[in-house]
Amino acid sequence: MFVRNKTLTLASAALAAAALASGAARAEDVFKIGLIVPMTGGQASTGKQIDNAIKLYMQQNGDTVAGKKIQVILKDDAALPDNTKRLAQELIVNDKVNVIAGFGVTPAAFAAAPLATQGKIPEVVMAAGTSIITEKSPYIVRTSFTLPQSSTIIGDWAVKNGIKKVATLTSDYAPGNDALASFKEHFTAGGGEIVEEIKVPLANPDFAPFLQRMKDAKPDAMFVFVPAGQGGNFMKQYAERGLDKSGIKVIGPGDVTDDDLLNDMGDAVLGAVTAHIYSAAHPSAKNKEFVAAYKKAFNSRPGFMAVGGYDGIHLIYEALKKTGGKTDGDSLIAAMKGMAWESPRGPISIDPETRDIVQNVYIRKVEKVDGELYNVEFQTFDAVKDPGKAKK
Amino acid sequence: MTAILTNLFDGVAYGMLLFVLACGLAVTLGLMNFVNLAHGAFAMAGGYVCAVLVNRMGWPFFAALPLAFVASAMIGALLERTLYQHLYARSHLDQVLFSIGLVFMTVAAVDYIMGSSRIFINLPDVLQGQFDIFGVGIGRYRLMIIVICGLLTVGLQLVLSKTRFGSRLRAAVDDPRAASGLGINVPQVFAFTFAFGCGLAGLGGALSAEILGLDPYFPLKFMIYFLIVVTVGGSSSITGPFLASLLLGIGDVAGKYYVPKLGPFVIYTIMIVILIWRPNGLFGRTATR
Repeated sequence: MFVRNKTLTLASAALAAAALASGAARAEDVFKIGLIVPMTGGQASTGKQIDNAIKLYMQQNGDTVAGKKIQVILKDDAALPDNTKRLAQELIVNDKVNVIAGFGVTPAAFAAAPLATQGKIPEVVMAAGTSIITEKSPYIVRTSFTLPQSSTIIGDWAVKNGIKKVATLTSDYAPGNDALASFKEHFTAGGGEIVEEIKVPLANPDFAPFLQRMKDAKPDAMFVFVPAGQGGNFMKQYAERGLDKSGIKVIGPGDVTDDDLLNDMGDAVLGAVTAHIYSAAHPSAKNKEFVAAYKKAFNSRPGFMAVGGYDGIHLIYEALKKTGGKTDGDSLIAAMKGMAWESPRGPISIDPETRDIVQNVYIRKVEKVDGELYNVEFQTFDAVKDPGKAKK
Repeated sequence: MTAILTNLFDGVAYGMLLFVLACGLAVTLGLMNFVNLAHGAFAMAGGYVCAVLVNRMGWPFFAALPLAFVASAMIGALLERTLYQHLYARSHLDQVLFSIGLVFMTVAAVDYIMGSSRIFINLPDVLQGQFDIFGVGIGRYRLMIIVICGLLTVGLQLVLSKTRFGSRLRAAVDDPRAASGLGINVPQVFAFTFAFGCGLAGLGGALSAEILGLDPYFPLKFMIYFLIVVTVGGSSSITGPFLASLLLGIGDVAGKYYVPKLGPFVIYTIMIVILIWRPNGLFGRTATR
């Protein structure tokens, strides 16, 4: 008994020593990505899609880049900026991550910005969509989208396609206000008229009174932005109140018809026209392969948040390749600027001046394909830069 | 004119829904003098039971509703026997801390089991859409809420004021010692009342999924509304919370419709005005226990 115990102790000590030694040797060769996304709470679907997409990308492309082993440390901030800040600090100081990434909502991306600047660490924004995010730190790069990108285009499209009077319903927070302002500017410049403008509180349980007001204003269409996740509630009540039958169309940036939730919304959503950067029905070979792989791995359809994550991790991989394994923030950011590649959403690039994404914006209509609801693209606007920055 | 009536209808439906959700809390808080902030958790349980039965097991919606009530009531009875009854004699602060802890645990548990995305209950076609009566839009689902909740209110009022159980309950609350001396099984009465309140919450949760949305954060998101209803209504009767729910529902809908910029604050304004005028709520007793 004694002998056996001793051997065990010896063996475990040896193992521990070996683990320590290899750990020390490897620390140099590990490239750490701190991924901060909401995995619980109202925005959880964002975090889950990004996490899935990153896992998928790493399965497909291996976890070694330029001699470094990629390690992703996932943290859940539940979309609360206080959490984001604390987690980013822990990741940078304790875990010594090389990149922070994720950021489901705008306030979260803001909260981490000063830390990225201080720590000289790239912050790769994979979801949040307010225009000014990339101006908050020279280390921020975005692979998602901005709301003005899609809202200006749907504004232009609406006036050109016989929609004269529009009532707007937007969530009252930064992205909602961004969407409203850019839509309004382009829609009225083209001669359209806003007959009603309603801002809905973000934590709004019941859309009924707002929808009734929309109905009574009798517009040709209503411009809608609600954060992904509330779209289902909104579309159900839109149908309940008979707005679909009264001929008031839904137009807007694509968040309201997120692929992730589209199928649960029912037929009322058929015919909604939105402008957005990604649809699971995007007809390219790259996207078909992406959707098939994603469906196979996670048994669900990827939405635009998944693509933001997929492209974000690609950007980090490629930047590390380009620097030849140099991991300091300045080299990585320099490598990311101007990078261009083919994403499942189409060709995209990083604007070297603003570090924001340049991409195609598509006009899509919800249609039934093989018994499932999809945003089917029918018009493309090539290489759209963020109009929020073009103004300055 | 039709807009006013449509809004009135929507407001009444919303108010009725608030009432069913909150009246269980009025019972535990007012009659049993127990601060149960976890009330919304029982509502959420009912909602999820109904959703699982209808969406996954293909039950008809109307058959799943009573089961949402029964399931929540049973969970309530179980927790009352195992946990809650030990806290009746404790201070309100202990009760608050205990029940809010329970809320966080249920949120995490439901998030883990059911996932955190918002779910909807598949409704039968009969309940979808609106019909017009002289230009007033009547939502079928909302009409059903008004009917169910209206019947329930009348039933509750009758049980409390006219039945033997009602008088036992009132006796047990007013003076537990004298009541048990008279042969009333006070713990049993309390357990039954608590379970019934939880059942009502569960029914409310199942009914509200369509309108308020159902996700694991439901108990936290709507806690404030339950508390407003009970505060405004006063907690010593059922009539108080009922009128308060109607007032708040109509006020909330009208506020959001007519002054959308201020809309979300109307409900708080009503609360503040009423509490300045009657600090114990509309029908509160002047002396608090």
